[in-house]
Amino acid sequence: MTKKHYSYILILPAALIYSVIFLLPTVMSFFFSMTRWTLTDWEFIGFENFVTFFSEPSLNIGFKNTIIYATMTSGLKVVLGLLIGVFLCSNIKTKNYLRSIVFFPNLLSTLAVGMTFSSLMHPTQGLINQMLTVFNITGIDWLGNVKLALFSIIGVDVWKGVGVATVIYIAGIMSIPMEYNEALMIDGGSSWDKFWNITLPLCRPAMNSVIILSFIGGLRTFDLVWVMTKGGPGFATDLLASIIYKQYCGGFYGLSTAGNVILFLFVAVLVIPLYIFLNKKEVDL
Amino acid sequence: MSKMLHKGFAVLCSIMMLSTVLVGCGSKEEAQSKTEDKKESTTVNAEVKTEEAKPAEKATVTLLMDKDFPKEGVDAVIAQMEKDLNIVTELEIIPGGAEGENIRKTRLATGDMTDICFFNTGSLLPTLNPEQNFLDITDEAYMANVDEGFKVTAGVNGKVYGIPASSSMVGGWLYNKKIYEELGLSVPKTWAELMENCEKIKAAGKTAVIGSYKDDWTSQLILLADYYNVQAENPNFAADYTANKAKFATTPVALRGFEKLQEVSKRGFLNKDALATTYDIALKMLAEGSGAHYPMLTFALPTIEASFPDKIQDIGVFAQPGDNPDKNGLTVWMPNAFYINKNSEKLDVVKKWAEYYLSEKGIAAYASAVKPVGPFVIKGAKLPEDSYAGVKDMLPYFDAGKTAPALEFVSAVKGPNLPQITIECGSDLRPAEECAAIYDKDVEKQAKQLGLAGW
Repeated sequence: MTKKHYSYILILPAALIYSVIFLLPTVMSFFFSMTRWTLTDWEFIGFENFVTFFSEPSLNIGFKNTIIYATMTSGLKVVLGLLIGVFLCSNIKTKNYLRSIVFFPNLLSTLAVGMTFSSLMHPTQGLINQMLTVFNITGIDWLGNVKLALFSIIGVDVWKGVGVATVIYIAGIMSIPMEYNEALMIDGGSSWDKFWNITLPLCRPAMNSVIILSFIGGLRTFDLVWVMTKGGPGFATDLLASIIYKQYCGGFYGLSTAGNVILFLFVAVLVIPLYIFLNKKEVDL
Repeated sequence: MSKMLHKGFAVLCSIMMLSTVLVGCGSKEEAQSKTEDKKESTTVNAEVKTEEAKPAEKATVTLLMDKDFPKEGVDAVIAQMEKDLNIVTELEIIPGGAEGENIRKTRLATGDMTDICFFNTGSLLPTLNPEQNFLDITDEAYMANVDEGFKVTAGVNGKVYGIPASSSMVGGWLYNKKIYEELGLSVPKTWAELMENCEKIKAAGKTAVIGSYKDDWTSQLILLADYYNVQAENPNFAADYTANKAKFATTPVALRGFEKLQEVSKRGFLNKDALATTYDIALKMLAEGSGAHYPMLTFALPTIEASFPDKIQDIGVFAQPGDNPDKNGLTVWMPNAFYINKNSEKLDVVKKWAEYYLSEKGIAAYASAVKPVGPFVIKGAKLPEDSYAGVKDMLPYFDAGKTAPALEFVSAVKGPNLPQITIECGSDLRPAEECAAIYDKDVEKQAKQLGLAGW
């Protein structure tokens, strides 16, 4: 037995499990996306599922919504997370306490957060609108207004997710060597100079992780939308993932598999260039 | 020496790993053969039991039920059955709607279905592939008394699979009789009259029509309950629609359903927070009289009674009116059904279960616990004297023969996105014609998935 074989044998069990529960279904899903499939029986129909997916308004509204959702949640988390991160790295007394508070929403289950906020956002009985009435402001229908519903969910997502972004930023900022700050103090730079010329460029790796993580997270969000609006009213807050789930529920297994293939390609096409772009910047520094 | 030890250890490890994998497979097989043994033993038991007649040995069957279905009646029959036949029924409650449908499909496909499965009749039934999954009960003696109209909807290709779970029901307008009395209104015979009534109710400061679009399925009612009017004008609609010859968007009388749904919202008759209102809140509004009309299925009546026992006699029912006062009738929903899992390990017990459910004793137990929400689909079964006021309102329509089954019982074509589309239509987010066209497109997927001719 040569050394070569020996290593393969050790890999074998893991490789078997990996290919049976990951590789095989992936390859199969490319095939079944081109069929009309009833779980027990299938009929090959070429690219019809993909055509349906792109041509039907109830299906392709997901592309627009998903992009809005992913960019906005990611953007807000990047900016807010940075601000909170910088703030929590400064010399304040209750630093540790505030850090845990910022991170706290992230410990909650998404479902619980979604349910809580959908009752808070109820147009007549919800706490938010009742508070607004105290100040004589007529509240809006946060989740019922078609133009607003998606942004209400984005707000909740950011509230819940900004803690992780903050923690990553804090780690990034803490790892900046003190020498830079000392040099800046000797040169007489202001705190704005410190932020702009030291903190921001040197926490770039942290920012890149936040962008990638939150963007991918946004692209494949499902739970929060499902528990808050189920993609409604109508199709106003339908994301790709919720549309795929609905097709699966409707019994269109082929169509929903096609949707998954599209989601896979969609994420890949958006994220891989973004990743390469961000990494390049990092090297340039 | 140490090298050899290393090698030996590595080989030992890989052998152990591989064998764990193999053992994993082996134990599964073993488990399977064990269940097979169990199957045999239960069949033997059941046979013994039929010979002995009674008191039979205790047997257990499993039953999959919907969360939303009012199950007081079923519970009563089950309790009585346990006393009489010593058959214990274990209920498993799952969510209703598309989610429940999906759970059923998955469990059928993985061979994990309960002995008896509760499910819709009509257009949804073929999606579960009954010919392959459920027991054919066409020739069973206990089915002889069941209404022919029901049998058509609980079967596929001339075979019957379903046992009616409850009485039939009606999709129409539930209304608060007190408000009608106070404002001196009378039951409308045409859509125009209904809109006039709504105008007066709105002027009196109440919600004229309750919308509960937070529970999306409730948004479909105005469209679906309009089917009596559709078939009165165009008797061939269902057949043409199933054969891809007629469309909602291009059949004026069918399109009326979407237009009516939209008109209610356009004229400001809906509650302002309709999109955030749930089914339960809507029932509360109707019973307490803050809302006057609620387009709904009459299965809501027992739920209202449970929460507001003193208000139930204030709730009446009328048919959704069309444009012609002479053609005014009710759209009827056939009851949901119990289907017997073909691969059940206890077929004999389950057959006795079915027979008992439809027996006089079974129906008596059912009626003692819950008042019917419409006429029974079993020949000779009469409505009790103390029926709901709403159900009594329905009887004249039935006596005059002015009823028609809803479209989903006469055509297999029903699109999965209808609730979302009716929400868009019913909250005036998109013009009615466009909604109808989108629905026609939505339906196409379903027809193709079912492999219907002409699509």
